[in-house]
Amino acid sequence: MAVEEKNTRCQVGLTGNSAVAYAMKQINPDVVAAYPITPSTGVMEEFSSYHADGKVDTELITVESEHSAMSACVGAAAAGARVMTATSSQGLALMWEVLYIASGMRLPIVLACVNRALSAPINIHCDHSDSMGARDSGWIQLYSETVQEAYDNMLQAVRIAEHPDVLLPVMICLDGFITSHAIENLCTLSDSEIKEFIGQYKPRHSLLDTDNPVTFGALTLQDNYIEIKRQQSQAMDMAKDVILSVGKDFEDSFGREYGFLESYRMEGADVAIVILSSAAGTTKVAVDELRRSGKNVGLVRPRVFRPFPYKELSEELKGVKAVAVLDRVDSMSSFGGPLFVETRSAMYGLENAPAVIGRVFGLGGRDYRVADAVDVFELLLNIKDTGNVDKVVDYITVRE
Amino acid sequence: MGDYIEVRWHGRAQQGVVTAAKVLGEAALMMGKFVQAFPEFGPERMGAPVRAYNRISDEPIRLHGQVTNPSIVLIVDPTLIGTVDPCEGTPEDGVFIINTPAGAAVMRDKLGLAGKGQAKVYTVDASKISTESIGRHIPNTSMLGALAKVTGVVDLDSLLDDFKENYSKKYSSKVIEGNLEAIRRGFEEVKGE
Repeated sequence: MAVEEKNTRCQVGLTGNSAVAYAMKQINPDVVAAYPITPSTGVMEEFSSYHADGKVDTELITVESEHSAMSACVGAAAAGARVMTATSSQGLALMWEVLYIASGMRLPIVLACVNRALSAPINIHCDHSDSMGARDSGWIQLYSETVQEAYDNMLQAVRIAEHPDVLLPVMICLDGFITSHAIENLCTLSDSEIKEFIGQYKPRHSLLDTDNPVTFGALTLQDNYIEIKRQQSQAMDMAKDVILSVGKDFEDSFGREYGFLESYRMEGADVAIVILSSAAGTTKVAVDELRRSGKNVGLVRPRVFRPFPYKELSEELKGVKAVAVLDRVDSMSSFGGPLFVETRSAMYGLENAPAVIGRVFGLGGRDYRVADAVDVFELLLNIKDTGNVDKVVDYITVRE
Repeated sequence: MGDYIEVRWHGRAQQGVVTAAKVLGEAALMMGKFVQAFPEFGPERMGAPVRAYNRISDEPIRLHGQVTNPSIVLIVDPTLIGTVDPCEGTPEDGVFIINTPAGAAVMRDKLGLAGKGQAKVYTVDASKISTESIGRHIPNTSMLGALAKVTGVVDLDSLLDDFKENYSKKYSSKVIEGNLEAIRRGFEEVKGE
């Protein structure tokens, strides 16, 4: 996926939050409504500065809660505006009912979710409980490994959300503190490149277009509700082609490649880890270490979680003998995390399907080290050799 | 584990430790390096011990875990020695730079590094320098100058250029000049054993 730039001359050093805010500045949305919360606060802090300095034409609505923030986003998007917001954790939780309204009304809102654990107990650090809890809310979800990817995903999100075949809101996820507060090398694009890439938003319907009156959010009962939901589901399915074509256009324009997932050293791999976001980077270091000692291990990192790329994922994993899916969230179902459950389901029915185990890691910001990834790979190699799966689901990076 | 240098900063909240890591990251990036700079966040209150980290490499950095084995440690507030362990996780040939008027040999003892000849200890009176050049007790920039002199992970010109380029909007020219002076004096006045 994202081609790593070996030349740092064009680069700047920005945190994930700064990169997201800068992308928002360059996108120059019509309306931003937000209520700050750690660790996404920096996004709105910096965007507010751009707004105060007259660098954007945006109408910035400072609201009294995240529920109001998403409600204001819904209203503005229904009026035909290009709309963005940012939040984390409890903030996303408070948006909950309105998330469904945004997707059900087919409003192409872009939300930067800086991933953070949910209370209780209270914790400000990274895990994916917030966005994963919203996985069935009808939002497209893109997960970012690096600051660069968070920036690039923001730009592509606008195009994906607003595509006439899609018209769904998009959530860009980046890891709280690990990515949001870390300065990394970043290649920014020029304002004109971005303007050309995202184009002008022409809403299909607008509440303010009184010559063509429309109703949003009408009461639909047994007669129409299921048809509307099916259309929404079909839009999520059609988003797959759009995500790929926007990714291709991005690559053609700017050289960095984006698809559904990134495969890292999967050639001839016997075993693989499937993992999202920044922890994939740490896992790559473990892959390199083990490959150096002749162990055939690899990594698959889904960038897109909604829509779930089940075909591509099973295609990528079908040749290996054992897979560990690492979730930075627990579904509290006693059957592992959501990425595990869905990946395992995607593998079902494959001939010679690999053993698939699930491991919950890194909750509340618990460090995930190269040694942790190495341990999981060693376990997988043992499963490959013995065929013996002791525990299908378990926790790692935890004190026993 | 990879070909990068890891740096850990020890200080107290409001002493500019996070900014120091940021400036180091930016300056190293200007030299063509791949960088990470990130703080360790805890309860936010003035005077609380804080840490900040850097990774610097010639290759893109994929690792996203915490820095646990830094080869370079900067102690911006020497009163932390005894409260926190600046030597934690450091290799035998670790480099320590401490803000203090005391000599390096004295600080070696205080750090518990007596007899550990491979470890290198340096001192610079960054508090005095900052008070004289900036007019305030902000010792972080002189520590950066000392770091450039002692380790070469970043060069003096990149530090000065970065500070001029990236902070001129945020601070008055007087503050910028004071900090540039503090960086230069840190470079010149740092002492080993």
